[in-house]
Amino acid sequence: MSNPARAESVEQLDRLVAALLAKGVVTEAEIAEQQASTDRASPEIGARIVARAWLDPAWRAMVLRNGTEGAEALGVSMAGAPPLGVLEDTAKRHHLIVCTLCSCYPRAVLGYPPHWYKSFSYRSRVVREPRAVMAEWGSPVADDIELRVVDSTADYRWMVLPVRPAGTDDWTEDQLAALVTRDVLVGVALPKLPA
Amino acid sequence: MTARFAPGSRVLVKNDWPEERGPCHIRTPHYLRGRAGQVERVLGAFRNPEDLAFARPAETRVLYHVVFDQPGIFPADGKAPDKLLVEIFEHWLEAA
Repeated sequence: MSNPARAESVEQLDRLVAALLAKGVVTEAEIAEQQASTDRASPEIGARIVARAWLDPAWRAMVLRNGTEGAEALGVSMAGAPPLGVLEDTAKRHHLIVCTLCSCYPRAVLGYPPHWYKSFSYRSRVVREPRAVMAEWGSPVADDIELRVVDSTADYRWMVLPVRPAGTDDWTEDQLAALVTRDVLVGVALPKLPA
Repeated sequence: MTARFAPGSRVLVKNDWPEERGPCHIRTPHYLRGRAGQVERVLGAFRNPEDLAFARPAETRVLYHVVFDQPGIFPADGKAPDKLLVEIFEHWLEAA
């Protein structure tokens, strides 16, 4: 059975695309390239940025200074994308990303946002009681750690560079990257070694 | 780009509510209006989204990362030493 609400939204999109093409604002090729670029993006890119930062101090310094440059060094096209900022966790500070206004998300290096990131409950709760949210999701934060809730309200997009877990001293970049999930990059989880 | 505030400056978010005066597009969260914070870093200059949203000519404005004491803003649920770190445009900030 057809879904009337979805059909209407698809028709609206078709009319919008037709108008943009007719006015010469975009071309079919540009739309296709943008879609392909968005589809290529995944949390594996963010995980690579983090794993390399855990191994290479010069890379770490570069991505903290300019996350956009780090993404480009991994082959991500950042032209026209919002600048990327990388926020450094320490033994005494942890970052957690939200967009309370809408759903700003570092798509270039994390791909599509999960549904919960856009939900009213996440957006309203995480600024108010971030520790409760993290504890419910299995990553309680110690009392002496400063939790910084980063409300992504404007032109930057943010990802978290967490602390490298203990017990990974001789790990390779690939092994380290496997610890860095989408949730770790948003900051709602901390990297955990496999049990 | 000339930034009015340097990292470490104490600032106050204007207690202004343009949404009560008519259609608008604002990137300053309501929970920060009238609140004091501290500039963490200058992020650069970006075209003012309040004009861009209405396809009006948009000047660039300096954007700051401003840090706020989280339990000071949400006293019922907040916990020391937590912080909120938020992007705020210069025209929303006053010296505190």
